[in-house]
This record gives sequence, structure tokens and C-alpha cells, in this order.
Amino acid sequence: MKTEAAKEDALLGLRRAFAAAFPRTIPVLTGFFFLGVAYGLLMEQKGYGPLWSFLMSAFAFGGSMQFVAITLLTTVFDPVQAFLMSVMVNARHLFYGLTMLDKYKDLGKLRFFVIFWLCDETFSLTSSMEAPEGVKPKYFYFAISFLDYSYWVASTLLGGLLGGLLRFDLEGLDFALTALFVVLFTEQMGKRENRLPGLAGLAAALAALLAAGADSMVIPAMLLILIILLMGRKKLCS
Amino acid sequence: MFLTPWQTLVMILAITLGTMLTRFLPFLLFPEGKKRPETIDYLGKVLPPAMMGLLVVYCLKDVSLTGALHGIPEGAAILFIVLIHRRKHNVLLSIGAGTALYMLLIRIL
Repeated sequence: MKTEAAKEDALLGLRRAFAAAFPRTIPVLTGFFFLGVAYGLLMEQKGYGPLWSFLMSAFAFGGSMQFVAITLLTTVFDPVQAFLMSVMVNARHLFYGLTMLDKYKDLGKLRFFVIFWLCDETFSLTSSMEAPEGVKPKYFYFAISFLDYSYWVASTLLGGLLGGLLRFDLEGLDFALTALFVVLFTEQMGKRENRLPGLAGLAAALAALLAAGADSMVIPAMLLILIILLMGRKKLCS
Repeated sequence: MFLTPWQTLVMILAITLGTMLTRFLPFLLFPEGKKRPETIDYLGKVLPPAMMGLLVVYCLKDVSLTGALHGIPEGAAILFIVLIHRRKHNVLLSIGAGTALYMLLIRIL
């Protein structure tokens, strides 16, 4: 049994973590708002109302795959193909998990959720940031993951509900996500030991894009990265 | 709606399973407290910068260099972000200003 004091401690810790996490997730909020509304609107136009957008976002939770899935929902029913495509489009999460094995340790009941919510944007934040002084790491990672997840789910719901009514010209707002990755990449490149793997990732992705094309670049890029990193191990470790 | 509600639910489930598999597999393969191969620890260290490089390219994958704008808004905004970030080291400023510049450029070019 948890005592009252322990419960209050946990609540206070959570509140601190959310206060520290929120400003760091503002770029994600910006990008997800635009993309989420666009997604909800697109689903609505294909005859899938806000409830369907909500269910898809809440469970499948993966932006790029959800956009791909709109096509799958408007053609012959084929769940096996949907499953396989989902694995391929989302394969990059495998590498995120490998990276977070240590940071996502000793999380108790929160562990399931931080893994469930591990998207590109959350990974980019939790992998490159440490919890500030006085904030428990496990609550910090949970807060970032939860905030990013709720931004996405809420935005897609909103897009389905009133996307047609939004008259602002928001085109280009999703560039906030590109900007976020560019900034975090720049920060990582500031550390000497990150330079070679960073450049390897950039070069491998460019090569995969040129060779395999925009729609199927992810897996070739991951394989190339893996090969380069494993072959260059001696050099990178020294 | 093209599919029936039940078919749609099955599709959502199938996509969810695919996504979850990619997220949970590393944690299932290398459970807490068990000793991991050194290679995995090594990859955990070098993968973050490499994946961030991949994500930057992934975001730009649909930009057409032969299109009307030749990728100029993206290129200019990214250059601006890198420069301003190296000078000021303020994440929100870099992202806010860079996104604003991008939105401006796609409207005036």
C-alpha cells in the first residue's frame, strides 16, 4: 500500500515534470496541430468521421503510417497488407527502442506507455535531453511522451470535427517538425563523438532516397546506417 | 466510408499491431536487468545522431528540386535555422523563426 505522503510526492513530482516538459514540446504541438488537423480533414473527406480519426490516432499512433493508411481504407479490405506496411513504414522505431533501453529502465507502470508513445518526435526529445535538476527522469520522459501523444490525438479529432471550418492559411506550419529535427541534429553535431555517426546517418539516408525513392527509403537507409556503424566501430569508438 | 465499420476496426487493429511490434520488440528482446551484447550498447550510443540525420532527410523526402520552387524555401530555412541556432542556442527561437521564414518564403516566391 502506498501511503498518502508517497502519493502526494508522486503527484508533485509529476506536476514538476509536466512543467519542465511542456516548453520543450511546443515545437511538436505546432507541427502536430497542423498535420493532425490535415489528417482529420482528409479522413472526413473520405467518409471516415472524427470518431474514426480518433480511434486510429489513439491506437495506431504513427503519423506517416496513418496518412498511408487513408489509401488502404479506400481500397479492397486487406488487413495483412496493412500490417506488413505498418511494420515497414514504422521500422525505424526498432532503432529508437535500442537507443532507449537504458533511459526507459525502472519506469514501473509508466514503462508500457512511454514505449507505446515512442514516435519520431518523442524519441528526438527524450533521446537528446536529460531531466532538469529536481525532476525525476521517469516522470520527465512520461510527461514528454504523454504531451506529444495527446497533441496528436486531439489535433486529428479537431480536424475531423471542424477542419472544414478552419479558415486560417496554415500551410507550412508542419515545417516546425523538420525544424525541430534540424535543431536537435545541429545540437548533436556540436559534440565531437556524435559527428561521424550523424554524418553517416545523413549520407545513408540521402543515398537511400536517391536509390530507392521517397516512398521506400526507410528500410534501405536503416540497413545502410547499420552497416556503416558496425563497420566503423573501431574508428567511432576511439 | 469505403469499408464497413467492422472492416475498418480490423484495419485499425492490424496497423496498431504493426506499429506496436516495431516499438516493443527491442524492449522484449533485451529485457531490463539482463546482460546485453556489447554491440547493442554500442549501437545505442551511436544511433541517436545517425537517426536524427535520417529524420532530417525523411522530412525532406518529398521536396522536388525540379519543381517550381527548386527546394529553395526548405534550403534557405534550414540554413537559417543552423546559423541562428549556433549563435543563440535557443531551441524555440530557432524553430519559431525558421518555420516563420519557411511559411513566408512559400507565399512570396
